[in-house]
Amino acid sequence: MSTTTAVGTPSRLGLPKWAAPAGVAVVFVAAYLVFRGTGTLPHDKEAPQFLAVTDLREWIDDHRNDNPLFLYFLNYIRLFVGALYDLFQTVLHALGWPGITGVMGALAWLAGGWRIGLLAVAGVSAFGFLGLWQHSVDTLALVAVAVLLSLAIGIPIGVWAGLSGRVRRAVTPVLDVMQIMPTFAYLAPLALFFHIGAPAGAIATMIYSIPPAIRITALAISGVSPTAVEASSSLGATRWQTLFKVYLPLARSTMALAINQTIMMALSMVVIANLISAPGLGEEIIRGLSRAQVGIMLPAGVAIVIMAVMLDRMMMAIARRGPHTKPSKIDLVGAGVLGAGGLVLIPVLPGEWPESWTVNVVAEVNDAVLWAETTWYPVTTFIKDFTTYALLNPLEGLLTSAPWWLVALAVLAVAWRVSGVRPALIALGCLLAIALLGTWEHAMQTMTTVAVAVLATLVIGLLLGVAAARSPRFSAVQRPLLDAAQTMPAFVYLLPALALFETTRFTAIFASIIYAVPPVVRLVEDGIKAVPAEVVEAATSAGSTPGQLLWKVQLPMARRAILLAANQGIVMTLAMVVVGGLVGAGALGYDVVLGFSQRTDFGLGFVAGIATVLLGVMLDRITQGADRRPSPRKRMST
Amino acid sequence: MGDSPDSAAITVEGLWKIFGSRAQKVLDSEDRHLEPAALREKTGCTAAVRNVSFAVRPGEVFVVMGLSGSGKSTLVRCLTRLIEPTAGEIRIGGEDIGRASPARLREIRRHQVSMVFQHFGLLPHRKVIDNVAYGLEIQGTPKAARHARAAEILSLVGLDGYADAYPDQLSGGMQQRVGLARALAVDPQVMLFDEPFSALDPLIRRDMQAEVIRLHREVGKTMVFITHDLSEALKLGERIAIMRAGSIVQLGTAEELVGAPADDYVADFVRDVPRSHVLTLRWISRAPEPGEPLDGPEIAAGTVIKDAIAVASASSRPIKVVDDGELVGVVDRVDLLTFLSGQDIAVKAGA
Ligand SMILES: Nc1ncnc2c1ncn2[C@@H]1O[C@H](COP(=O)(O)OP(=O)(O)OP(=O)(O)O)[C@@H](O)[C@H]1O
Ligand SMILES: [Mg+2]
Repeated sequence: MSTTTAVGTPSRLGLPKWAAPAGVAVVFVAAYLVFRGTGTLPHDKEAPQFLAVTDLREWIDDHRNDNPLFLYFLNYIRLFVGALYDLFQTVLHALGWPGITGVMGALAWLAGGWRIGLLAVAGVSAFGFLGLWQHSVDTLALVAVAVLLSLAIGIPIGVWAGLSGRVRRAVTPVLDVMQIMPTFAYLAPLALFFHIGAPAGAIATMIYSIPPAIRITALAISGVSPTAVEASSSLGATRWQTLFKVYLPLARSTMALAINQTIMMALSMVVIANLISAPGLGEEIIRGLSRAQVGIMLPAGVAIVIMAVMLDRMMMAIARRGPHTKPSKIDLVGAGVLGAGGLVLIPVLPGEWPESWTVNVVAEVNDAVLWAETTWYPVTTFIKDFTTYALLNPLEGLLTSAPWWLVALAVLAVAWRVSGVRPALIALGCLLAIALLGTWEHAMQTMTTVAVAVLATLVIGLLLGVAAARSPRFSAVQRPLLDAAQTMPAFVYLLPALALFETTRFTAIFASIIYAVPPVVRLVEDGIKAVPAEVVEAATSAGSTPGQLLWKVQLPMARRAILLAANQGIVMTLAMVVVGGLVGAGALGYDVVLGFSQRTDFGLGFVAGIATVLLGVMLDRITQGADRRPSPRKRMST
Repeated sequence: MGDSPDSAAITVEGLWKIFGSRAQKVLDSEDRHLEPAALREKTGCTAAVRNVSFAVRPGEVFVVMGLSGSGKSTLVRCLTRLIEPTAGEIRIGGEDIGRASPARLREIRRHQVSMVFQHFGLLPHRKVIDNVAYGLEIQGTPKAARHARAAEILSLVGLDGYADAYPDQLSGGMQQRVGLARALAVDPQVMLFDEPFSALDPLIRRDMQAEVIRLHREVGKTMVFITHDLSEALKLGERIAIMRAGSIVQLGTAEELVGAPADDYVADFVRDVPRSHVLTLRWISRAPEPGEPLDGPEIAAGTVIKDAIAVASASSRPIKVVDDGELVGVVDRVDLLTFLSGQDIAVKAGA
């Protein structure tokens, strides 16, 4: 940190600024050497707290139909969501592929013109073409239910938060925590309360996708021009009239973004929800992941990506539309014909996509992957082994053999230095809770993986971000790729990782790097570009070389953006590393997966899920100073 | 002020508005007399309106002026409780606004008082005609009726043919005409203007001022007009209240403000006004000196000094200043020249 300060301020003793941190580091190393191997907390699969949770689940499963909480409350929710899912599924199946194609095409046409309409038609056809019609329809129904419920709950809360600062202050911390919770962590508690299957999956998806619905709606509402609102009340409008005639119409295009984000989150979760037996494309993907067969996963992954792109383009078209543009006559007629055509064809054509029109690529893909694995074996093995032996193993050895109190002290010191007292105490609390839960060793292993992945992510992200900031041409090439990458559901990144590295610890690292690099690149690029042009000009006219300009001006001034990028990178990496439990990442992620596949290990999985949340909050708090602490620029100018 | 409160369109008595969580406490303590900056330092509260009283006559254009932050917007919003006053009494058409229930307050806003805003506050997703009809719409007027009324008002403000445009397709001046039309459409008795023309460029501003003067002549509404532009105030206002740090420091006609500023703040405000355009002969007429000829032209005492110059240049005799046929004094060429040269700082006090 201290090296980024543009003007070094010598401390009182005349020592250089790095002396204090270096001294602390030396003390820690010495303490480690002295106390190594003592105070460790080895993993115990049979720890009483795990068994207790497993027993609780057994008890709940036995009493699901006679305990009042379940009988009169939770079961009703499950039944309601289940009925909603059945309804959607029935309707979609009744529409069949001609109906769905026609209706989706028509809606897309109305949303964004014939191109988007065509995209939707092609997209829906692709589901059938890939031989995944049934699964895709199930996923669509599940997503529809989850998104609908998310919006039904999220939009009113968001509107309320947008109107009242007090509500906003109450909701924000909850949303903050929800957004750093990895997908996995939601599953076990939901399985506990709502059993497994489509309803539980829909509820998990709904909970996961609700934060953007609330947050962006609140943003949209609070961004509505206060004069328009005042003008409305000055004419004697009631609060409801102002809400419906002023706030909601003016917030419309931002709220379309909220819906879009909600859909994208739902699409990430809906796949993982297959771990608690939610139907749909997730079945194929999880099956492919667990057998390490890219051939099974790839079509399903492609189908999910197509679904994401299709819905994203539709919602973005709505969001981008001017405040008062209406679809033209031609669009109305075209969309009408397409929709009606689809509906008319329902009785004529078979509802299921015809078997003969599908392609089956499982074998070919598996062969191609095998070829890639063998051809690139030397390269991939070198990368894998290098990271494993040079980084992962030493760091993991360090973290697991150090006494727990030393690690806790180190976390406290770093968090304090970077983010301040309060976040540091919260981080410490999380770490102690992890120790108490009995997941210390696995948490340390997961943290090792996260640390290595974050390191790589930051190095790559900084390089690409700096390159993009300095070369407009490079940036122009890279932007669309980043945009595309950010609309893809998270686990899609496991596919290439699995294809290249099979199931190892490194697979998860690779996946999380490609998952987290795009936002990091973007933040770094924007941060550097935000350095005022006069400052760059002044430095250049003083004779700085491009390198000096970068190191002495641009990077220090973009410090906040870079720290924010680190924070984002860490949160995203953790989410992915945990999902990597499915493909050999081990530790907490594997515990969670195990909890779903083995009834006797449910408790372990449940507690591991809680531990990942605690780990996420801890890592977030450690790096959160990015937002709060004044940058050196500010400190100097005050 | 000379008006009994009953005959006034708006009366305001002892109005206070203090922003902040401890507003009531500040009001009840001696702190309320502190200067705004000191008050904010001490309590964190801002006194935006401090003990303001005035009355507006029916059909009058009442102008409130003051520097930025002097509390003008807050004052005008307190009138219909868009901002809840901390203390004081407000009557509009004799009715106590402070005691009005929320429903009654909405009725008043719907039918009696409407407002025009500095930044227009138009609804971008609605056509011009639907913006103008908005007030009627929330009253529940059927579509055909409200559109007919809106079209009528649009032609009154000179926007014929723009009914189906959207606000962002209009220039700033035209947008403010829409704002004006929206306020007029509900046919209120009182119209409030909060710096309606500050966001417009000078030429358009002049057009719009002329527009307001014309409308005032045609529809005869009571108007409260906020501005920080003195020439605008002089052009429109029958009476002008000057605010400083939340209080009214002087209230009177343009002539009174220019001729007898209450303090340095007001004097500073009106310093650049060409006084011969505002002051009347009453301010410089003097008793005839013994032996001075009294057979010169006669002019009413209410004539602006600038208009007396032509008369004086036509006749070398001292001008007789008369009020209701009675001689109140004389003015000769030397008096006029002295006044115009700015030597005559000490005009007669009072009127
Ligand atoms: N909602 C509010 N909360 C706290 N203070 C406020 C609020 N609204 C206004 N103020 C304060 O009250 C004082 C008067 O503000 P007001 O907007 O009435 O001034 P103004 O005379 O209309 O100025 P301008 O010419 O800039 O519009 C200012 O000091 C302002 O900061
Ligand atoms: Mg104002």
